[in-house]
Amino acid sequence: MFAGSGSGGAARRPRPASFGKVRIAVMKDREGHAPTGGTTEAARAACAPEEAPGGRLVEMRGIRKSFPGVQASDGVDLRLDRGEVLALLGENGAGKSTLMNILVGLYRADAGEILVRGERASIGSPRDASALGIGMVHQNFMLVDTMTVAENVVLGIRDLPFVPDMAAAKREILRLSECYNLKVDPDAYIWQLSVGEQQRVEILKLLYRKAEILVLDEPTAVLTPAESEELNAVVKRMKGEGKAAVFITHKMEEVMSFSDRVMVLRKGKVVAEKATSDTDPKDLARLMVGREILFRVEKGPFKPGAKVLELRGVSAIDERGLPALRGLDLELRSGEILGIAGVAGNGQRELAEVVTGLRPVTAGSISINCVDTTGKSPLEIIKSGVAHIPQDRNQVGAVGDMSVASNLAMKGYRARPLSAGAILLPGKMRELAKRLIDLFKIATPSPETRIKFLSGGNIQKAILAREIGACTSLLVAVYPSRGLDIGATESVRKELVAERDRGLAVLLVSEDIEELISVADTVAVLFEGRVMGLFPAAEADPEKIGALMAGMRERGEETTP
Amino acid sequence: MNIHFEKRKTLSRKALVLVPLVSLAASFVLTGLILILFGANPFATYGAMLKGAFGSWRAWTETLVKAIPLMLTGLGVSVAFRLKFWNIGAEGQLTVAGVATAWVAIFWSPWLPAGLLLPVAVLVGAAAGALWAGVPALLKTSLKVDETLVTLMLNYVAILFSEFLYYGPWRDPKGFGFPGTAPFPDAAWLPRIAGRAHAGLYVALVAALLLWVVLNRTKWGFELSIIGNSQRAARYQGIAVERNVVLAVLLSGALCGLAGSFEVTGISHRLQQGLSIGYGYTAIIVAWMAQLNPLAIVPVALLMAGLLVGGDQVQMVMGLPAAMGLVLQGMILFPMLAGSLFAEYRVKVYKNPAKAAESRAPGGA
Repeated sequence: MFAGSGSGGAARRPRPASFGKVRIAVMKDREGHAPTGGTTEAARAACAPEEAPGGRLVEMRGIRKSFPGVQASDGVDLRLDRGEVLALLGENGAGKSTLMNILVGLYRADAGEILVRGERASIGSPRDASALGIGMVHQNFMLVDTMTVAENVVLGIRDLPFVPDMAAAKREILRLSECYNLKVDPDAYIWQLSVGEQQRVEILKLLYRKAEILVLDEPTAVLTPAESEELNAVVKRMKGEGKAAVFITHKMEEVMSFSDRVMVLRKGKVVAEKATSDTDPKDLARLMVGREILFRVEKGPFKPGAKVLELRGVSAIDERGLPALRGLDLELRSGEILGIAGVAGNGQRELAEVVTGLRPVTAGSISINCVDTTGKSPLEIIKSGVAHIPQDRNQVGAVGDMSVASNLAMKGYRARPLSAGAILLPGKMRELAKRLIDLFKIATPSPETRIKFLSGGNIQKAILAREIGACTSLLVAVYPSRGLDIGATESVRKELVAERDRGLAVLLVSEDIEELISVADTVAVLFEGRVMGLFPAAEADPEKIGALMAGMRERGEETTP
Repeated sequence: MNIHFEKRKTLSRKALVLVPLVSLAASFVLTGLILILFGANPFATYGAMLKGAFGSWRAWTETLVKAIPLMLTGLGVSVAFRLKFWNIGAEGQLTVAGVATAWVAIFWSPWLPAGLLLPVAVLVGAAAGALWAGVPALLKTSLKVDETLVTLMLNYVAILFSEFLYYGPWRDPKGFGFPGTAPFPDAAWLPRIAGRAHAGLYVALVAALLLWVVLNRTKWGFELSIIGNSQRAARYQGIAVERNVVLAVLLSGALCGLAGSFEVTGISHRLQQGLSIGYGYTAIIVAWMAQLNPLAIVPVALLMAGLLVGGDQVQMVMGLPAAMGLVLQGMILFPMLAGSLFAEYRVKVYKNPAKAAESRAPGGA
């Protein structure tokens, strides 16, 4: 019996293949049509949107919450009306997540009160919140990998019978996914799904529980631009039904495109509250950081030197044994930043890994500084002056349970001054850590603090500090500013440019087209493991890059793999 | 009242020290309840235990006799545990080392200079322990075979093999049918310090100190920490993960092996029944209670040995099963596991009765 697998084929199709079509759908959307993909008229009728009465859904008054040494929320007032999307904007550590964790019952406020639909509510646990129709999609999804979509959706529901009626649950999931255009196969296992699809499951979970108040914690951080557009459509639809959403973000563009109203937080306090239509990204950036922000990165003239990195016909496979790189040719010279654009999953990670020796190549050759490094070990490549800022900073770039000082020493510990012979010199390690903490303005209580207690931006600064120190020829940076707030992003970009001006070669993988155009000298677009286009950043235009990222050549036709 | 768990922003050092101590106290209370069920007075029983384990010079030496193998196996498994390599095969590594030591002591003595017999026997024993641990290590790193199962199963192989030897080909012809080999020549006897406590104590103490230095103050120790925390991070830092895991597990097996070598050269002076009496399993509790810190393993091993010796005393004095000591040991692990929660979370109690009442109302539970 595989009755349920009919719709599964579409959901499980590998992402790159379906991306072109998704992109087209989005472009239609931009022309002004409502997103209709897949929604039949019958299903639409079954959705029966409730009447959307206006009125106050949530009010938080004078919320205070402190952690040892930090006032995370300092007397915050927040209101949320029906049919409204409120953007909560602020730098990392401004107290956005804390405030929302209080609303969904993960934290308890030290002071203040919460009113839901006009009545005082005491939210002691996520279950209480759920009973009040409040739900949150966390940054790190709370899904059980080895269970199916349907099982995950019903998991944790109060009063669930001992043997749940899965058939009914699946029907309801299918109905909801039709209604909101959240395509996902209820019988698929979570581990089979892309990150974007997993997020859809999280949203379905909330809809299934009839949540009216949705909290989305940086939902687009893990999404491709097209998936973000889809999410935007879903949120708009919920708004139409009188539901409301709070959108935590530190990206100005998202505030502009998603929200009706924006609240800017800084150091636990509300510094501004405006209708989105009354503001613009520059204004918001200034409010968020408290000073003017450079959107353009200042950099010296482009003076490329000797060839540092050369890839000739490089192919590699991914974890599932599928081709990830298909005969890649690339060149990178000293004093040059080569930006790699592309939708995540088109070979960027594998590219960084073959260059740094972490992944074997199946064909082709790589040379660094004119020395063939194909098949060399990561250590040999590190010793040839290559540094790497990895995509996964929490699991790979940093070791959470070790101290900041230890993490900063992880490249230099092999030689003087951090060690003598086989013996480590902790005093010297601490000295180095203090110097780097000052130099890179890493906010940490002490060098001995476990690095996992730092904010994402500060962890990234520490990785950057360590890698730049170890780098003498080539720096491979994979999504170095992903998930960082605007202040941290600015400093990461400046640092990359400074390294380039110092004469290093930088391979920068990014999905942020703005970042590529402003930071890189040359941009290469990857699609399904191939270079779709290579041009000077000065001549790049976002539209063209976007089309190439979707696998479309200049004349607009779609390439077939 | 409303009790909440909140994740701590920083790890509590106080909790790291308090958790084992409170767990110990909790286990005494829990075991006390069991003692009452058996109709015994818990205070009198604990008093007898304490006296039996530490109450006299002789008691102290007997406690040391048991503490030495617990220290060495505790150090051994903790090295592997730090790498998240679940070596529960200390018992087998200890037994195999005992067999190898006996082999050298009995069969090499005719041609090996007497002065070399003891050191060579002990070293060969340690090497055998290392090799016995090396098998699961290689299976794990090359074929991803689960080490928990392999190390556990190899225990039975080692124990049954040693039984085969001392019941069969190696049995002492002059032993009146007693299951055991002939006694070792005097040259293979480990000197004793006091009572039956032998010089293995010095080796264990030095090993604890050395291991602490290696883990905390050397490049290799630093690499092991990284591997133990995240193999992906280690690989990214250019560390040869597989090779280092195998090396560390060999060290783990060698330390467990030393325990076995010292048992046969220091205590029984022959390979006989009773070599494997569960030190290798108690070592797991020792390692966890010491939170894998080599220096803490020394006092924890002493405490555990005290429970074993004290348990025997309880049997004699109070007429209770000797297993009471083992029950107490087992009881320590449960509060320990529960207690580790407090190192990462803190408890917040909200006393606002109005709020509490409200939050109970919708919950209904």
